[in-house]
Amino acid sequence: MASGIRDKVAILGMGCSLFGERWDCGPDDLMLEAFNEALADAGIGLRQIEAAWFGVCLEENNVGKTAGPLAQALRLPRIAATRVENACATGTEALRGAAYAVAAGAYDIVLALGVEKLKDTGYGGLPVRTRGVANDLWMPNATAPGAFAQLATAYAAKHGVAMADLKRAMARISVKSHANAALNPKAHLRNPITEADVLKAGTIAAPLGLYDCCGVSDGAACAILTTPEIARALRPSAEVVTIKALELSVSNGEEAGFHRWDGAHIATAREAGARAYAAAGITDPRRQIDMAEVHDCFSITEAVLMEDLGFSAPGRVIHDALDGVFDRDGALPVQPDGGLKCFGHPIGASGLRMVYELYLQIHGRAEGRQLKQVDLGLTHNLGGHPQQNVCAVSIVGRQGA
Amino acid sequence: MSESTPDHGLLATTRYLPRLRLERAEVLAQHRWMAPGLRALAKGQRTIASWDEDSVTMAVEAARSLQLASVAPTAGPVELTLVSTTLPFADRLNAGIVASAVGLAGDAVLRDVASSSRAALAELALALRRPAAAGAHWVVAAERRTPKPASAQEMVFGDGAAGAVVGTGAAIACHVASRSSHADLVDHFRQNGADHDYGWEERWVRDEGYMKIAVATIRGCLADAGVAASDIGHFAMPAPLARINDAVAKRLGIAATALVSAEHETVGDRGSAQPLAMLDAALRAAAPGALILVAAFGSGCDALLLRRTDVPCPGATPAPGRAETSYLRYLSFTGLIDLEWGMRAEMDNKTALTAAWRDHARASRFEGGRCGGCGTVQFPRSRVCVNPECNAQDRQEPLSVADLPARVLSHTSDFLAYTPNPPFQFGHVDFDSGARVLMEFADADADELKVGLPLRMVYRIKDFDRQRGFRRYFWKATPARGNNGATPAPREGAI
Repeated sequence: MASGIRDKVAILGMGCSLFGERWDCGPDDLMLEAFNEALADAGIGLRQIEAAWFGVCLEENNVGKTAGPLAQALRLPRIAATRVENACATGTEALRGAAYAVAAGAYDIVLALGVEKLKDTGYGGLPVRTRGVANDLWMPNATAPGAFAQLATAYAAKHGVAMADLKRAMARISVKSHANAALNPKAHLRNPITEADVLKAGTIAAPLGLYDCCGVSDGAACAILTTPEIARALRPSAEVVTIKALELSVSNGEEAGFHRWDGAHIATAREAGARAYAAAGITDPRRQIDMAEVHDCFSITEAVLMEDLGFSAPGRVIHDALDGVFDRDGALPVQPDGGLKCFGHPIGASGLRMVYELYLQIHGRAEGRQLKQVDLGLTHNLGGHPQQNVCAVSIVGRQGA
Repeated sequence: MSESTPDHGLLATTRYLPRLRLERAEVLAQHRWMAPGLRALAKGQRTIASWDEDSVTMAVEAARSLQLASVAPTAGPVELTLVSTTLPFADRLNAGIVASAVGLAGDAVLRDVASSSRAALAELALALRRPAAAGAHWVVAAERRTPKPASAQEMVFGDGAAGAVVGTGAAIACHVASRSSHADLVDHFRQNGADHDYGWEERWVRDEGYMKIAVATIRGCLADAGVAASDIGHFAMPAPLARINDAVAKRLGIAATALVSAEHETVGDRGSAQPLAMLDAALRAAAPGALILVAAFGSGCDALLLRRTDVPCPGATPAPGRAETSYLRYLSFTGLIDLEWGMRAEMDNKTALTAAWRDHARASRFEGGRCGGCGTVQFPRSRVCVNPECNAQDRQEPLSVADLPARVLSHTSDFLAYTPNPPFQFGHVDFDSGARVLMEFADADADELKVGLPLRMVYRIKDFDRQRGFRRYFWKATPARGNNGATPAPREGAI
């Protein structure tokens, strides 16, 4: 009988590049920047890494196919390396592959690295691309903001709330993330903003305005994983941080093609969240989770996720957001590093960036944005669109927490 | 001969108009500096196709309205003739695109007919003269011409389609007589590959063309029927100048009150679709027993004399449209001006023709499936039922959702995405049958989209592949406005 991976895998070291418009850096530079930090943090040598998982989503825009670009950039000594891709949840997928290999006992020390070089397209936003030759015959060539804006219209209708009230709560979510990123030297967007700035900004995809949308960034993030025993042996004086759960849920077409989904929530987030809570023994996430990094590609996404992950009661997120529950000094801080919104969103790196912030907070190394006490946190990483996506949820905390 | 209900003849006619109506005053405003003479033509509105409409999509809508009026058989021997001088494909059966979209049987006989503004009338007369056993014959004509900016044609032309069905059933009119004549009098022409018409002086066309060729052909037709011109109740004849019909009617002895409006003030001249469109208007106005004469001029003339029965005309007349005041938008829709659309417009829309054929009914007929296990209607049709409580394999029967009512579940107006008519409006569409599809919206006004808004489906151009000169079509959702053009009230789901 399978027993999950709770406390079977430890994070030995992590690294994260500066996110942003890294005009002077190629993907190799970004990978090395994150990797050097992680290697130094772990206190090991390159040759101690036995296998690697490499996450990159839009390879045609940057590194090309296979895990070869990772092996080349780091000059890995011909070890096993696997490239993974699950849209914007690619980063967590790399972590998941690596963690399961350690939990399985196949390797002692492994690397998970995600990178994305998005700013080589010549225009803002994510690159336009085919949805597959058969889908292109009928599917709208939806942009990400257009796809996620659907959540807002459906949510307002479902809960009978005025769009103006929902937009105020969405604005508050973005204001909070900008305030947090202002304290984060690695974040892409570090300017504090006001609710008025958000509400008067130009429309991208109604009702989403410019400040409802996350940054499109270049960046890389990585984790070096091992067993808790090896972690303690290698770093006797350091806190051992372990993975409690790493769950993934993938849409099968039901939301997009069957009439049951209300269009106002992320079904896979509920599924992956419930499984992760069960695996980690969490029964009251709002009280037991100390902080969360969720996939706030758009303000409305963060809003509905608060309900899907059990942080807000159904239909209550507007009140919780406006009451400051998710602020850095609130009851449940969300995106203390600025989130996708402001830290930025280099697709393949984002899932690992979320865990990086959680890892820093647990270790008390988050500097100006350090939260009081983080024993247990959650990351949520979403790839795709609300009606057809993959959601990855991780729960990471102190050993024994 | 009985005038009441013959069991073979003209079963139905229809007109389709695109929603947008370009204000002619706005056209004049842009050209006044160099063509002040256009002022004489600058009254009222003309129809313009949206960026995603062409002669094929407009023909599909005309054919669908014939079909929805429940008079057009899709089984049994069926012929479909598509008439247009602006067919999108020079070598690909355009009528085949129309037939697939409306779901005509695979053994229907199809053809494209082009090159003349009287072609549709010639085809209709031909169909009416054939014996009843020949089966049903659809004649659908559509036109989307792009005249040269500042030409008189830019003012006078309109976009639209019209259709007629001949067959066995309760006829709204029956054939009395018809005549055809040919004469290579070149009043206007458009060489293959050319964008615009080139025309000669209208006064010469009137005097040497209409007054001689048309008058002679009509006289012959009336003589064949043994009908006096004064007995004609409705006289429909497209003409480039408004007064030509008056002059022809007067010369023939047709009463001035019999003249059928060409809808110049609100629509414009629909080219090869104009004779059938004017016939549709005449039939709807005609009393039982009335004689209707339709004539069409162009490289000769066709004249068709019909007698109206007491069978009501099926279907409705076109709803009022929406005024379009941007002449630049019209220029862009017609490709007459090349605007900077940004890099997002550079996406390669190459169509995999293998994949397009494999699932051709999916895009052409909006064909989904109904699960034989649980009854769930779904799009696209798939091997495994989407209902999680069912998941039955290989139980789905094909079912088109093209004519099924639907409503908005969610929507957006996206200013980031590329579309020739920003913003890009799309959303989740829930069909009353239970199917759900993420779709583009067509012809929706700003702020018109609401959760629960009733929708109907229309056949449109989805993407252009400008690199290869291809276009692909799919269905879009449009507000199910009443015949008065008003936006319907949102309603809750009936599921």
